[in-house]
Amino acid sequence: MEIFLTYLKVFAVGGLVCLIGQILINKTKMSSARILVLYLLAGVVLEVTGAFEPMKQFAGSGVTIPIMGFGSNLAKGALEGVAEKGFMGAIAGGMSAVAAGLTTAIVCGFIFGLIAKSRSKKI
Amino acid sequence: MIDRIEYQKYVSDNQPKSPMVRTLIAAFIVGGIICCIGEGIGDILKLIFKDMSEKDVATWESCIMIFLGSFFTALGLYDKLGHYAGGGSIIPITGFANSVTSPAMEYNREGVFFGICAKMFVIAGPIIVFGVTASFIVGFIGYFVV
Repeated sequence: MEIFLTYLKVFAVGGLVCLIGQILINKTKMSSARILVLYLLAGVVLEVTGAFEPMKQFAGSGVTIPIMGFGSNLAKGALEGVAEKGFMGAIAGGMSAVAAGLTTAIVCGFIFGLIAKSRSKKI
Repeated sequence: MIDRIEYQKYVSDNQPKSPMVRTLIAAFIVGGIICCIGEGIGDILKLIFKDMSEKDVATWESCIMIFLGSFFTALGLYDKLGHYAGGGSIIPITGFANSVTSPAMEYNREGVFFGICAKMFVIAGPIIVFGVTASFIVGFIGYFVV
């Protein structure tokens, strides 16, 4: 029962985040890159203001799987880097926090780009 | 002759509208399901690797989700899902993986260097630039405040 409630929260919050994005797409005709940047910056702002941590406690993957989680990791990494290594941490911290995800995306993109042919004309 | 404002009104009246309610429901359900898959992967990782830290679980979780997003893009399934779900497939991290893999596949006929490698960041480039710049600004301000 406990686990069912957890997944219900993840589903509801994750769905709601995507629903807001869809409203933006429908109302403003923004391209997907703009939507993603907007969500990323929202994640950064939420992390800096301290609102992201309680959201993560409540909904887990519901807020970390949307691209906001990526933004919050960047901001968190930068702040942790500052605490550990001073100014160098401010430069390197953000990237090193998301290095694993970014590397996976680039390597997978490159390999699948080499072996797979595009099926749709839409980019 | 019609003037500009009249013409713009004509265009906005006649361009195809995405059906509001159907796209919203689709985005909600698909987005929720993708987040639940992520949570499920995290739970399975916690079951298999009991001594893994919370942070490592989250990192592995997003890496696996990115791989899956890339993989289903290569199979051509993710774009079909995107056509149906819109925001529900764009906003999760799998959508980011899709935005890297999809142009890479699209441009592989233009060669490895200027096709795949250069065009890979057509959509993801702004995201990385904005994200990294924002994180630097946060760190820069944090350095002087703390």
